[in-house]
Amino acid sequence: MEFLTINLLNGISYGLLLFMLSSGLTLIFGMMGVLNFAHASFYMLGAYFAYSLSTVAGFWVALFVAPLLVAVLGMAVERFGLRPLHKYGHVSELLFTFGLTYVIVELVHLVWGRGAQPYGIPPELSGPLFTVFTTEFPAYRAFMMGVALLMLLAIYLMLTRTRIGMVIQASLTHPDMVEALGHNVPRTFMLVFGGGCALAGLAGVIGGNAFVTEPSMAAAVGSIIFVIVVVGGMGSLSGALLASLLIGIIQTLAVALDYSLVDLMALFDIEIGPMATGYQFLSLTISQLAVALPYLLMVLVLIVRPQGLLGQAEG
Amino acid sequence: MKLKTSILAAALPALMAFAPTFAWAETIRIATIESLTGTFAPIGQNRLETFQFMADLANKEDWAGPDNDFEVTGFDGKASPQESVIQLKRAIDQGYRYIGSGNGSNVAFALVDAVNKYNRRNPGKEVILFNYSSIDPDLTGSKCSFHAFHFDANTNMKIEVMASAIKEDPAVKKVFIIGQDYSHGHQVSRTAKSALERLAPDVEIVGDDLHPVGSVKDFAPYIAKIKASGADTVITGNWGSDLALLVKSAESAGLDAKFYTFYANNTGSPTAIGASGADRVKVVTNWHSNADFDTEKGIVATYKEKYDDDLYMQYLETVVGMLAQAVKETGSLDPVKNAHAMEGMTFEAMHGEVEMRADDHQLQQPLYVATWTKTDGETVKYDQENTGYGWKTDTKLDREAASQPTVCEMDRPES
Repeated sequence: MEFLTINLLNGISYGLLLFMLSSGLTLIFGMMGVLNFAHASFYMLGAYFAYSLSTVAGFWVALFVAPLLVAVLGMAVERFGLRPLHKYGHVSELLFTFGLTYVIVELVHLVWGRGAQPYGIPPELSGPLFTVFTTEFPAYRAFMMGVALLMLLAIYLMLTRTRIGMVIQASLTHPDMVEALGHNVPRTFMLVFGGGCALAGLAGVIGGNAFVTEPSMAAAVGSIIFVIVVVGGMGSLSGALLASLLIGIIQTLAVALDYSLVDLMALFDIEIGPMATGYQFLSLTISQLAVALPYLLMVLVLIVRPQGLLGQAEG
Repeated sequence: MKLKTSILAAALPALMAFAPTFAWAETIRIATIESLTGTFAPIGQNRLETFQFMADLANKEDWAGPDNDFEVTGFDGKASPQESVIQLKRAIDQGYRYIGSGNGSNVAFALVDAVNKYNRRNPGKEVILFNYSSIDPDLTGSKCSFHAFHFDANTNMKIEVMASAIKEDPAVKKVFIIGQDYSHGHQVSRTAKSALERLAPDVEIVGDDLHPVGSVKDFAPYIAKIKASGADTVITGNWGSDLALLVKSAESAGLDAKFYTFYANNTGSPTAIGASGADRVKVVTNWHSNADFDTEKGIVATYKEKYDDDLYMQYLETVVGMLAQAVKETGSLDPVKNAHAMEGMTFEAMHGEVEMRADDHQLQQPLYVATWTKTDGETVKYDQENTGYGWKTDTKLDREAASQPTVCEMDRPES
């Protein structure tokens, strides 16, 4: 019981972090149709900015300023990089963001060096929040969950309840009409791109000290966030939330399961020894496969429901 | 800046080839193949600097006699076996006959093979390999070679020390083994189990888990599993962020277990582990900066001042020291002659007397188990990576006790 509770909590909090990471990506794709390969790089920049700011002004300032810096950078990338490329189609945009990942990693090497940075959890948030049976639940994990939920609420309210949100939604489907009504559609796209990057930056601020702030951190999350966007449905925010939680919980619970096909067959009195053909494959436990499960899920979703869990079929 | 000097240094031998006046100067030129770019660059850079630092020290104190000076040049193997072999060929083409080998057992195996092949085909022009960081026991076992010397203690030796430390500690009752899912992790798991069975039969192994290398972001579920198993001690072969994340996760979940590691002192890990590993993380190593204040002669502080980095690769003192001693003995720079001289040689290193075992070219040396502890100015004088934490000796095992049998059958050329 204790084990299950703590694992569920871990799974949900990990899922929420994944959501923070992927929400910006899915927003940008949903609104602009740009698949931003550099999204994880903005996550990394958020962590590095937050580290540098926290040494000068403390964590709480960094929490607000670092995402804004990343947003400004993102807007500059959209304005001077993506916008001129827009007329050449999506492939050029995709290649541009792909190249950008390399540029950002090299810049990080130049500015901060190749080693890990000592970006730590602020003392106010270290230590346990509450104890589940005998296991402590860290305060910082709860903080992570809180920030993710607040973020979700803020995005939702902004998109549905504010004027700018309406303009953004309208620009997506009827750009010419919106332009004719006197709104600056390119500027709206720039804001959306900057906003998406800011979300990645925020995830970086939170994730950078929960995990390790180092130059390979972007590459480490790069693939999983694409999985979430595909599983959830390209461009669907609620889909991304569902997929993140699903993947977070599945992966966390799978680690706990030390069962393999050999054990399953033993239930039916089929004994398989280490010498049998395929033993290496059959003896793989679910926990060993945990990290691969999200990718299996993606393949499954692509076969059964190509538009993603909550995505809309094209056309 | 650092990179520039090493590029400059790489260009130097090429220039020297055109300057026959240098021929009389007995320079012992060593090419070391390290990962100087990419993820492992900070570690490779540290090793190259330590190598050069030890060479400078040897030159200043005339370890190899007043006429012989060392010169160490880095070649970028990019932590890849293929690239490392290409760099080996480059180094040989530039006239290097002493080769150092850094990161990764896969690299070391490739280099040993390449050196053996080259030496077979080019009698009279042999090159000698000094491996100071790959610890796969096969390097001094089934793959042992007369032309390769190994200065770090191999996995079997380190695990023997770890198991004896666990035997001595009555608080250890339940052990959990967790590792990365590749040859090194498998080896640690296998060897640790058999060593514990032999040395500490009362200790129960409550879990044995493998996870993919470098792709686990959230270690919380693994920590929950360790916690559920009731383990009070964790043995892990993890390195890099896999190690740091494991330790951080343990701290935040309030898991009290001790962590026995091999790589917690490698560049980057101390910063990433920081306070979360205090009194919790242990490392099995041949030396640490707080090991022997009387014999390190202020080298640790000098190194820090010079490179703004920490000295932890003591092996390189032994590499340079033994080669210097061999050159002095033979009066020659011929690698084969010096290789014969190095067999069975003893050397007075910072942490005591070490011996290059003739049977398998595995250095026999004292080994330490040390704990990550807050500096106190006395027993924990030096910290690592300005974290305010450093290593404190738990146990030191003499070189005889740390010794392990070998299965090596070596072909030796006539001396």
